Amino acid sequence: MTNRNDFISREKFMAELYRYKKGSVTRRYFLGVTGLGAATAVLGSAMPGLQSAAWAQANIGDRVVLATWPNYHDPANFEAFTAATGAAVDVNVFGSNEEMLAKLQAGGSGWDVFVPTNYTITTYVGEDLIEPLDLSKIANYDAASYNQRFAGPGTVDGTVYAVPKNWGTTGFAVNTAQLGSNPKPTTWKEFWDMTMADFSGRTMVHDYQLTTIGNALKYFGYSFNSVDTAELAEAEKLLIDAKPHLFAINSDYQPSMRSGDAWMTICWTGDGKQMNRDMPEIEYVLGKEGGELWSDFYAIPKGAPHMDAAYALINFLLDPAVNAKESLFHGYPTADARVDALLPAEVLNDPILYPAQELLDALEFGAAVTLTDPNRAELMARFKSA
Amino acid sequence: MSTRLRTSLLLAPATAWLLAMLVLPLVVVAVFSFGERAAAGGYSAAFTLENFANLGARWAAFKNTLMLAPAGTLMCLIIAYPLAYYLAVKVDPKWRTLLLILVIVPFWTSILIRSYAWIYLLGGQGIPKLISTLGFGNPRLINTPFAVLIGITYGYLPLMVFPIYVSLERLDKRLLEASADLGSPPWRSFLQVTLPLSTPGVATGCMLVFILLMGEFLIPAMLGGGKVFFVGNALVDLFLQSRNWPYGAAVAVALVVIMLVTVTAYMRFTRRWAGGRDDVSLM
Repeated sequence: MTNRNDFISREKFMAELYRYKKGSVTRRYFLGVTGLGAATAVLGSAMPGLQSAAWAQANIGDRVVLATWPNYHDPANFEAFTAATGAAVDVNVFGSNEEMLAKLQAGGSGWDVFVPTNYTITTYVGEDLIEPLDLSKIANYDAASYNQRFAGPGTVDGTVYAVPKNWGTTGFAVNTAQLGSNPKPTTWKEFWDMTMADFSGRTMVHDYQLTTIGNALKYFGYSFNSVDTAELAEAEKLLIDAKPHLFAINSDYQPSMRSGDAWMTICWTGDGKQMNRDMPEIEYVLGKEGGELWSDFYAIPKGAPHMDAAYALINFLLDPAVNAKESLFHGYPTADARVDALLPAEVLNDPILYPAQELLDALEFGAAVTLTDPNRAELMARFKSA
Repeated sequence: MSTRLRTSLLLAPATAWLLAMLVLPLVVVAVFSFGERAAAGGYSAAFTLENFANLGARWAAFKNTLMLAPAGTLMCLIIAYPLAYYLAVKVDPKWRTLLLILVIVPFWTSILIRSYAWIYLLGGQGIPKLISTLGFGNPRLINTPFAVLIGITYGYLPLMVFPIYVSLERLDKRLLEASADLGSPPWRSFLQVTLPLSTPGVATGCMLVFILLMGEFLIPAMLGGGKVFFVGNALVDLFLQSRNWPYGAAVAVALVVIMLVTVTAYMRFTRRWAGGRDDVSLM
């Protein structure tokens, strides 16, 4: 910390300001050497109204690296975070939990915050890849206001490793304008059958073993999480048979659905909502047989290079007002009652975000074993290289 | 200081670099290829040949690579040769530099961005729409092997143009005059003088493009929609998704062996083709 008795001459101050403007020195260095950072901190603690602003000035560095999923944040919130703290948010987008795990296992990911899904957290803890959270640095996290069903998986053996971001479902989106004489599909069986018939060349599946294999298993009525070799063999046969009929294997399916190149895709809640909002003919369907119910979390990987910025970003995004903006933007519900209180009634009654109870009842949370099961991993890799 | 000592000192940085960045990683890959996948993915020490025995499960990726890499090289050659010939021989010299810069300009933008542009050009709202508006059916381009072929030809074309351009530009014009004086029509001078003398450039360009294409993964991933799989894509998948590093290492070793065999065969062939000239290729 800067010594507050340090004296800085006018000339020196102007020279430092000039260096900072030129970009030769960082903001942190500038605030430190000129004593402005300390001055702001003192002012901030003296005036409670400035507390959050003072915290924001408290040298969290000039960037924070976030590993997350496609279409999962309101860019305006990141801009507000940068304006308040001076830390720019670098966003890395991933299409599967496997990819995130692989990056962390390889080491040196450079991430400060990442967004793992419920079923992966025990593996991250077991592999010692995730930091236990210091909840005192996440004042906006109020455990009591969260639905425990979605918040629970963030706690392993009594230690909180992750705080809830959003929850949602995995169904499929279908462009109803292209149905022709087909009735609107309502099951995974119809999803795959239509793919291999009238929708040939028009269907997309995730580049993600959990959902693509899971929903192929659903065709036969098996558990979404099955690791039974005989059941997986049936799912593999279906996937290989369907592959020539697929438009693409990609977890970023919005561009192709919107351009009309693809007509049907495995789809997450928020993507379904975003597409339906702009193109009402694209409808979101939960397969009657079931499928995935999930909950995503904010977590900090071991060795995060900007630890202070990581806590600052998580805390900022969990502010109910910010979180409500996120939710309105991306269309994924939160498990935080304080956020729900800020959302308009039509959002809270939206059947895409909050599906009917009987549809929800059929869904399963992903199981930890699917993340590490070698057969599922190899099945997915074989399907893609077939 | 003896010449010998000076030479070894001058070569020391390059040698250290090659040892640290090429030999060492190759050794690691070779060692990993005999190991086993750890329980949560990754590498666990073992000695097994199972990874090599399973190579057949990636046959489709090898087949795609071994078909599309030569096809892409050939497409580049067919397009690049006339272009390089025009630039080196035909064009007014005052425009030459500008035109050469235009060949390089695409490199100023990341291949990722340019491939994204192709996604829209080849997608349903792009070229196929134009074709169907003109009444020639309703073709599908994006996410087909053809789209990948277009993408790799586009991406690697400059690497073919420049070596050919250099060999044509250095060509001694007096040989063509002599050929004409001796009664050859232009097409014959081209076939008997220009073409043989440009083989070093052609051979180098083909080698450059082919070797890089064998390891390509970005363009197939973007324009093939995850359906046109190269060995490079299989490797990305094995290391970054299914986290089977030993099997990935075995696939990588197989790719290296295939490259060594094809490149050696190719060098033998081009050397004979060019009549035993030593300067045929840079390799």
